[in-house]
Amino acid sequence: MSSLVRPETPFVSAAEDRIAAATQLQLTWWRFRKHRLAVVSGIVVILFYLIVIFADFLAVTPPHATDAARSYIPPQAVHWFDQDGSFKPHVYALKGRRDLRTFKLHYAPDPTDRRYLVWFAEGYRYRLFGIFETKTHIVGLDRGVPEDALFLLGTDQLGRDVWSRLMLATRTSLTIGLVGVSLSLFLGIFLGGISGLYGGAIDTVIQRVIEILRSIPTIPLWMGLAAALPNSWSVTQVYIAITVIISLIGWTELARVVRGRFLALREEDFITAAELAGASRLRIIFRHMVPSFLSHIIAAVSLALPAMIISETTLSFLGLGLRPPAISWGVLLQDAQNLQAIAMAPWLLLVAVPVVIVILAFNFLGDGLRDAADPYG
Amino acid sequence: MAEPILSVRDLKTYFRPDEGIVRAVDGASFDLYPGRTLGIVGESGCGKSVTARSILRIVDRPGKVEGGTMLLRRGDGRVVDLASIDEASSEMRDIRGGEIGYVFQEPMSSLSVFYTIGNQVIEAIRRHRKVSTKEARDRAIELLQLVGIPRAEQRIDSYSFELSGGLRQRVMIALALAAEPRILIADEPTTALDVTTQAQILELIRKIQVERDLAVVLITHDMGVIAEMADTVSVMYLGKVVESGSVDTIFHAPRHPYTQALLRSIPSVLAEPRSRLATIVGSIPHPYARPPGCPFHPRCQDAIPGTCDKNPPPATALDAEHEVRCFLCCEPAEISA
Amino acid sequence: MLTYILQRLGLALVTIWAISVISFVIIQLPPGDFVDAYIANLSASGSVVSQQQAQSLRQLYGLDQPVWVQYWKWISRVVQGDFGPSMEWGRPVTEVIGDRLWLTVVVSISAILLTWGIALPIGIYSAVRQYSVADYAFTLVGFIGLAVPNFLLALVIMYFGFVLFDLNIGGLFSAEYQLAPWSWGKALDLMRHLPLPAMILALAGTAQLIRIMRANLLDELRRPYVATARARGLPEWRVIVKYPVRAALNPFASTIGYLLPFVVSGSIVVSLVLSLPTVGPLLLRALIAQDMFLAGTIVLLLGVLTVVGTFISDLILMWIDPRIRAGIHG
Repeated sequence: MSSLVRPETPFVSAAEDRIAAATQLQLTWWRFRKHRLAVVSGIVVILFYLIVIFADFLAVTPPHATDAARSYIPPQAVHWFDQDGSFKPHVYALKGRRDLRTFKLHYAPDPTDRRYLVWFAEGYRYRLFGIFETKTHIVGLDRGVPEDALFLLGTDQLGRDVWSRLMLATRTSLTIGLVGVSLSLFLGIFLGGISGLYGGAIDTVIQRVIEILRSIPTIPLWMGLAAALPNSWSVTQVYIAITVIISLIGWTELARVVRGRFLALREEDFITAAELAGASRLRIIFRHMVPSFLSHIIAAVSLALPAMIISETTLSFLGLGLRPPAISWGVLLQDAQNLQAIAMAPWLLLVAVPVVIVILAFNFLGDGLRDAADPYG
Repeated sequence: MAEPILSVRDLKTYFRPDEGIVRAVDGASFDLYPGRTLGIVGESGCGKSVTARSILRIVDRPGKVEGGTMLLRRGDGRVVDLASIDEASSEMRDIRGGEIGYVFQEPMSSLSVFYTIGNQVIEAIRRHRKVSTKEARDRAIELLQLVGIPRAEQRIDSYSFELSGGLRQRVMIALALAAEPRILIADEPTTALDVTTQAQILELIRKIQVERDLAVVLITHDMGVIAEMADTVSVMYLGKVVESGSVDTIFHAPRHPYTQALLRSIPSVLAEPRSRLATIVGSIPHPYARPPGCPFHPRCQDAIPGTCDKNPPPATALDAEHEVRCFLCCEPAEISA
Repeated sequence: MLTYILQRLGLALVTIWAISVISFVIIQLPPGDFVDAYIANLSASGSVVSQQQAQSLRQLYGLDQPVWVQYWKWISRVVQGDFGPSMEWGRPVTEVIGDRLWLTVVVSISAILLTWGIALPIGIYSAVRQYSVADYAFTLVGFIGLAVPNFLLALVIMYFGFVLFDLNIGGLFSAEYQLAPWSWGKALDLMRHLPLPAMILALAGTAQLIRIMRANLLDELRRPYVATARARGLPEWRVIVKYPVRAALNPFASTIGYLLPFVVSGSIVVSLVLSLPTVGPLLLRALIAQDMFLAGTIVLLLGVLTVVGTFISDLILMWIDPRIRAGIHG
């Protein structure tokens, strides 16, 4: 026999070696990175949650400040370049003039009075991160007095700045989504886990319950439950109640995913090996099973969030969810509920834009995560 | 000897996914004669199935036949090159089933569960012959009887999941023969079946071959099946035919180290008890990382460094029927036992 | 096969029972005694209810008895067709609901048929011509349908209809047919008004179904039996439509079960925006006015509707899958 015999083929590439040694999470991350759309969506989601954190900073005008005289002002156009061509963004100041017939105050832009935009300007007081008191906002007017407001997206019927309200609405809607999903996740993992792990009668019962819940139309149900909330409840109480109601249906999908994973895992050899090695049930679950389906869970959560957001938006839009003075996307859209309102102030519909973007982003993200977690699943 | 009914020269079928290029079939050549069986043998992944599918141009995407010729002598005497016909053309579709029948490997999943087997057989018949529904049904029943399905008149209306594996494979054969082709390609027809059924199916194929003077291409990794059924053998490795010849030559005088290793690895009744099973060292290399030179050299015990790892060995004809691709063949080499 | 039918039937009945319980809970939720509210409402509009009448009402509804007795009394009357009185309207609930329930059914079924009609061919096309321009375009439109809540879509369409065409899009009938009794003319009028709400409702579901069909078909296209069909010389379109599409149709068909509640749900909100005379706007009013018998009944009827629809879809599924007919679960 030739001494030059090499039993293993020497042509295993370096890339293959890396793949063989990577953990499940790393593999998932690498596969995820290949989906450019999903990665972009992930960035979008992160940006939105930055808005959540910095909502007050991004707001410009006190979001609850009403001023009947300033109702339905269209968005102020931002002119980026000054007359001499230099980059000096500015808006035309709004001058109020009283209509002598109706005695109503009308606001209109005055091209002769330029108000320049100032970054990190001083505005109304708020608490950054809930801790630090400050008055700095991302943008404001120079020579600013509190009565001069910057209406980037115009005002609503009560004269409130739509942009600032949109910032705060984003915070509320996205956090409700998050909290709702967490509740659903908890329920889903718990019930799905029991179902998948123990099988048998418990599994059948839980499966049937899930089927029943899925065949009931959700909106009438929510409407019914939400309408029952007493009017006397505070904003926070309503907030919590709405979140609970929404998550009560959402858990079924998560439970299905979890159960499926547990069922598949139970048969895996490495689980049997762990059992044979004497590991306790709990240890098997947490040390061996959970890491392997973590990526699936993350994908399912990412896909469940948009549903939560749509639910809250729909309920609030109907007037049955969050109520003023709470601000959420649905509450803002309530102002645009009928044709007359939209005809007068079409900019109110702009609230829909972040809603659509976020839902799309979560969907793409979730799809990408799901494909990365299990390309054949 | 009669003219070959199918003559394949230097067939190249490549797959081009995003990650790279896979040369599944890289220059395969063989001839097929009426009434005779050509066995194509090799390990999993050596390209035998892709070769068979290339003949019928049903290679899965992203694979494509990219080179070589496949000259088919049709029933009416015309000779066509299967490699250059448009794979979606009606001519190619006429050939599929009409001239060449294909038996697939997995009878379990190769039949649709939503239609009765009769529906599928009749469909195959009517695609190639203009017959009335009644006639087609009669012919279908005849066909099912031919392949040995008991109570064919009732079975014709059953669904595939109501039949056992062996019966399903017989249905597959019936489907392949529905339009009375002159060539039958059987791609691992018995791999998914138990040993007794295997023997029955092989027996059936041989019987039909004799009755209809069929040319048969039998693809398998089982040397035992080759020994029993084949007249000529082509041994494939990594997309190339490394040795070809009559079944006697291959079994009794193999010259390629791979063929020899394959034969050595057949467990023998006569072996010493408790002796180790001979295996071929190493494993099939990654498709994107094929070795240069002779494809087998990393696993070859007698590889010549400097020669075997540089250029692929040319085909050497050792006599009229026996051909080898190996640098060792021309030196008097001792055949290791 | 019989076991399958019985199984699904049993499940349907249990679901209906569950819905009845939930509806009852909704009826009971608002604080306070139903009869008190009833009396208060009546006296506000001028009528007076004597103490005796109040007492007999209480007995009728079993309000002085434990909850399950109340439920039993309610459900036994419901089964006989007596759904209770609507407080706000002062008439029996069935009268108030009237046509609306049927209109809800019509709108929902139209939406579902539309969804299927669009999703099936597009899904097939997307799978067969993967990565083509059309595939991406459809996927994009599909995602928009998924991402935009349907009431928003309705709002936007209404706005553009108004601004561009000076049309007031809404309602299911033109002015002259609105209160008229049923006739062919009225039915035709309905047909003319149906497409818009049906399309809006169908969009989100269509997006879902296209993705499901595409994914399933892509799976099936990889299976051996497709190659078998091709090897028999069948033309490509036949190979695809007769075999893998048929197989992919199964999971597709089973989605009706979830499509129906989705569409019925969606119709509630869209009806509000478009002012359709369906059950939706009525439900909202009832809930806000705490007209609980009306609200609870609507919830119950919607639920039953959905369950019946799902059951029918189960039957359809059974009919198209020979494996289920033979008793083997597919």
